[in-house]
Amino acid sequence: MRLPDVSDVLLRVESVSLAFGGVKALTDVSFDVRKGEIRAIIGPNGAGKTSMLNVLNGFYHPNQGSITFKGKTRTRMQPYEASRGGIARTFQNVALFKGMSALDNITAGRTLKMHCGLFWQALRFGPAQREEIEHRRRVEEIIDFLEIEAIRRVPVARLPYGLQKRVELGRALAMEPELLLLDEPMAGMNLEEKEDMSRFIIDVNDHYGTTIALIEHDMGVVMDLSDRVVVLDHGIKIADGSPDEVKKSQAVIDAYLGVAH
Amino acid sequence: MDVGGSFDTFPKLLLRNAAQFGNHAALRHKHLGIWQTFSWTQVLDIVRAYAVGLQHLGLKQNDTIAIIGANRPKMYLTVMAAQMVRAIPVPVYSDAVADELSYVLGHADVQFVAAQDQEQVDKVLSVLEHLPHLKTIVYDEDRGLRDYDHSRLMKIEDVIAEGRAALAADDSLAAKVDALIASGEGSDTSIILYTSGTTGSSKGVVLSAKRCIDGAIDTVGFDKLTENDVALAYLPLAWVGDHYLNYAQGLVAGFCMACPEGPETVQQDLREIGPSFYFAPPRVFETMLTRLMIRMEDAAAIKRSMFHYFLKVARKYGEAILAGKPVPLSGRILYGIGSMLVYGPLKNVLGLSHVRVAYTAGEAIGPDLFVFYRSIGLNLKQLYGQTEAFLYVTCQPDGEIFADTVGPPAPNVVVRIAESGEVQFKSPGMFVQYFKDPAKTAETMTADGYVKTGDAGFFDEKTGHLKIIDRARDVGRLKDGTLFAPKYLENRLKFYPNIKEAVTFGDGRDFVCAMINIDLTAVSNWAERNNIAYGSYQELAAHPLVYEMVGRNIAEMNVSLAEEKVIAGAQVRRFMILHKELEADDGELTRTQKVRRRFVADRYAALVAAFYNGAKETDISTEVTFEDGRKGRSSARLKIYDLPTTQVPADFENAA
Repeated sequence: MRLPDVSDVLLRVESVSLAFGGVKALTDVSFDVRKGEIRAIIGPNGAGKTSMLNVLNGFYHPNQGSITFKGKTRTRMQPYEASRGGIARTFQNVALFKGMSALDNITAGRTLKMHCGLFWQALRFGPAQREEIEHRRRVEEIIDFLEIEAIRRVPVARLPYGLQKRVELGRALAMEPELLLLDEPMAGMNLEEKEDMSRFIIDVNDHYGTTIALIEHDMGVVMDLSDRVVVLDHGIKIADGSPDEVKKSQAVIDAYLGVAH
Repeated sequence: MDVGGSFDTFPKLLLRNAAQFGNHAALRHKHLGIWQTFSWTQVLDIVRAYAVGLQHLGLKQNDTIAIIGANRPKMYLTVMAAQMVRAIPVPVYSDAVADELSYVLGHADVQFVAAQDQEQVDKVLSVLEHLPHLKTIVYDEDRGLRDYDHSRLMKIEDVIAEGRAALAADDSLAAKVDALIASGEGSDTSIILYTSGTTGSSKGVVLSAKRCIDGAIDTVGFDKLTENDVALAYLPLAWVGDHYLNYAQGLVAGFCMACPEGPETVQQDLREIGPSFYFAPPRVFETMLTRLMIRMEDAAAIKRSMFHYFLKVARKYGEAILAGKPVPLSGRILYGIGSMLVYGPLKNVLGLSHVRVAYTAGEAIGPDLFVFYRSIGLNLKQLYGQTEAFLYVTCQPDGEIFADTVGPPAPNVVVRIAESGEVQFKSPGMFVQYFKDPAKTAETMTADGYVKTGDAGFFDEKTGHLKIIDRARDVGRLKDGTLFAPKYLENRLKFYPNIKEAVTFGDGRDFVCAMINIDLTAVSNWAERNNIAYGSYQELAAHPLVYEMVGRNIAEMNVSLAEEKVIAGAQVRRFMILHKELEADDGELTRTQKVRRRFVADRYAALVAAFYNGAKETDISTEVTFEDGRKGRSSARLKIYDLPTTQVPADFENAA
C-alpha cells in the first residue's frame, strides 16, 4: 500500500503570486506535494490551474514567492532545469511531434538521458549503439506498460485522441521523472478512455513510485484518484485537503456553484 | 520422424520432442518488442518446474484448473504443466463476462485458476462465492496486483521458481516427475473444452489424451506438417481450433507456436513471423480483402491498373497452377510476372508469404473470396469440424478444392448422413462425454457410437465431398412449403462486403424477412467517397442511401435465388438495418461470433412482428451491455423496406 510520508515533502510552493500586467493569475498561493502522492489541483475555469503548473515547471516565473523542489529553493527556474531536476509534464492540448511514430515520440523523452556526443550518435556505433539499445529497452518497457504495442510504428497524427494522450504520458514517463505534472489528462475523452487513463495514472504512481500533480475538470475522477486536493479560484487558494474534506468545504461549493449575492 | 506413434499423452510427447528436436524452437513470443524463443528443451524444463510448483500448491490428479487469458506462453505452459500432473485444464474465453465465467468455472468445479492479468483475476474474484472449491489463483502479469491479498494468489513465475528450487533441493523429485509422466494413460481426460453455446448454455466437452493425439497424428500426416513449420497462435485459447491446430498439432509434429504480442498486433506479428500453417475464419479473410481493396482504391492509377490486370491473370490461371493442372506457357509466364509484381508483395503485406497450408472453417466462405486467395497462390482449404470431434470431421485434400464443399471425411473419420439429413460421424478424436451431463451425452451419441452433429448436409454427387446446408433444427419451411434454410440465405447475404451480419426469419411464415448489420469498414469508406455525413453507427445504418444500397444487394441475391428451384420461394421480401451491431456481450452472438438465432428472435420479437404486420417503421429499445459489464439502453426508430422478388420460372414452379 502506498502511504505517503507526511514529513517527506518533494515540492513546496510558498506564497507564489503571478500577474500578467494587471491580471492577477495567482495570488499568494502556498501548498506542498509530498513524495509518492497524487495531488490534484482543481478549480473553475480561469482559476489559475495551468498557470500554477507552468510556474511549477519553470515556464512562468512568479513575481513573488518561492518554489522548493527536493530541498532546493529557486525563484527563477528554466524549463530545462526543471526537466533535468526530474519534473516532466504533459499538456492540455496534446503537444506531440505529429509526423513521428509513437515510438520516436517516446524516445524523444529520453533525450536528456543520452550522453554520447553528436559524433558517436551520427556513426551509431560503439558506445552510442550500446546507449541506444539501453534507451530502446526502457522505451519498450513504457510501451508495454501503457499497452500501446500495436501503435508503435504509427505516426501519432493518425491516432485517436485518447491514444495520443497516452503516448504523451509515455513520453513524460520516458524521462523517469520524480514529479509528473499532468495538465487535464482526461480532457475530451469518453468514459472508457477516462477509465483507462485513470488506471494508468494509478499504475504509474504505484509501479514507478512517481509523484503526480494533476489538473482535472472531471470531479469524479479527481476525487477517486487523488490523495489530496488543492482548490484554486480566481488565483487564490480556497481549500486544501483530502477529497472528502474538500468536497464538504463551503468555499469550494460556492466557487463551483456560485453564490447568491 | 517418429510421428506420435505409441505416445498417448501430451507430456510424453513433450519428453519426446525435447529429446528429438532439442534446440528447435517450440514457443516464441514477443517481449519488449523483440521475439524471444523457447526451445523444446527449455519448454520441458520450465513445464517440469511449473508442474512441481503446482503440486506444491496442492494440484492433484483429476483436479480441474481453469485457464483464462490471451495467447500468452504462460497460458500454454499451464496447459502442459497441468497435464503433466494429470490434472485437467479447462480453458475459458478471456472476453467472457463475469456471469459466463462463473457458470463455466462453477460447472467444472475448478480448484485452481490460471489468469493472465489483473482484469481476469478481478473477474474471478468477483464470482468467488460461486466457486467453493477454488484453492489458488495463479497469474502471469503482476501489474496492478501488488496490493491484492496474496493468501490465495500467486504469480506463475514464482510457482515455477518454487518448483525449480524444490527440484534442485531434492534429487529424487526429478525421478518422481518422470514416473508421474510415465503413469499418464491415454484414457486420462486431457482437456475439457466448453462449447461456445450456439444453442443455449455451453457444455463441457471432455476429450481424452489418446484420442486427441490420434486425431492430431492423422491431420499432421495429411498436411505433412513437420518440426520446421511455424504457426501463429492467435485464436481464442478456449476454442477447439486453437487447442487442436496449434497445441495438439504443435506437440505432435514438433512445430513452433508463436504467440502474438497482443490481440491488436496480430496483423503485424503475422508479417514478422511468416507462419507456414495458418488458420482463420472466413470473417478474417474477408476483412483482409476489404481493407486491401479499399487501400487499392486509394493507390495511384498505374498501381491500380497493374493490380487489376494481374488479378484477372490470377483468376484465369492461378488456381490451375496451384492445383498442378496443365496451364499454357504464356499463362505461366504472365502469372510469373504477376507473382513478382503483385501476388508476392501482396502476400507479404498480409503476412502470408510462407504459408504452405491454410484452412478456413466455421462459416461458409464466399466463392469470390475463396477464389481470390487461391488465385494469388495461397493454398487455402476448407474443413468442417466441431468441438465434439476434436475439430476435424472433413477437410479438403490438396488438389480437390471447391468453394462450396467442405471436403471428404478426414483420415480415419467415418461420416454418414442420417435419414433426417443430419450429418453423423465417428472419428479418432471424438469426445468421451459432456462433463457432468450424461443426458446430453446420450442425446448426442447414436446407439452405434456415432456423434450427431446437428448439421444438415449431403454428399455432393459430382465430387463426393460433404456439403453443409445449415443447423438441422434451424431448417424450416414457409407456409407454402418452400424450404427455408436461414443460414444458407444469410451466408449468401454476407458475401456482400456491405453486409457484416444477417439474420433471416421465415419458418412458418408467409415470406422471408432479414435483419442486416452493415459492415462499418466498407460502408464508412463508401460514405466518405460519396460525401455522406454521419455521426454514429446508428446514423449511418439508418441512412436512406445505405438502405438503398443494401436493398440492391439483397435484390441481386433474390435474382440468383430464383434460379435455384428448391429455395426460389425463399427470397427476401422485407428487410431492415439494425441500429446496433450484434454483440457477444449482449448474448446475440456466441464468443466465436456466430449468431444465436433464437435469442435474437426473442430479443427483437417486436421487430419480427413488425416485419409481418406490414409496418413501414418501428421503434425499438434494447438493453446493451458495455465491455465492463455495465448496462445501458439504446433506442431507435427503424425503417423497414420492401423488396421486389423475381418470379420463379414456370417450369420450376411446377417442379417445386
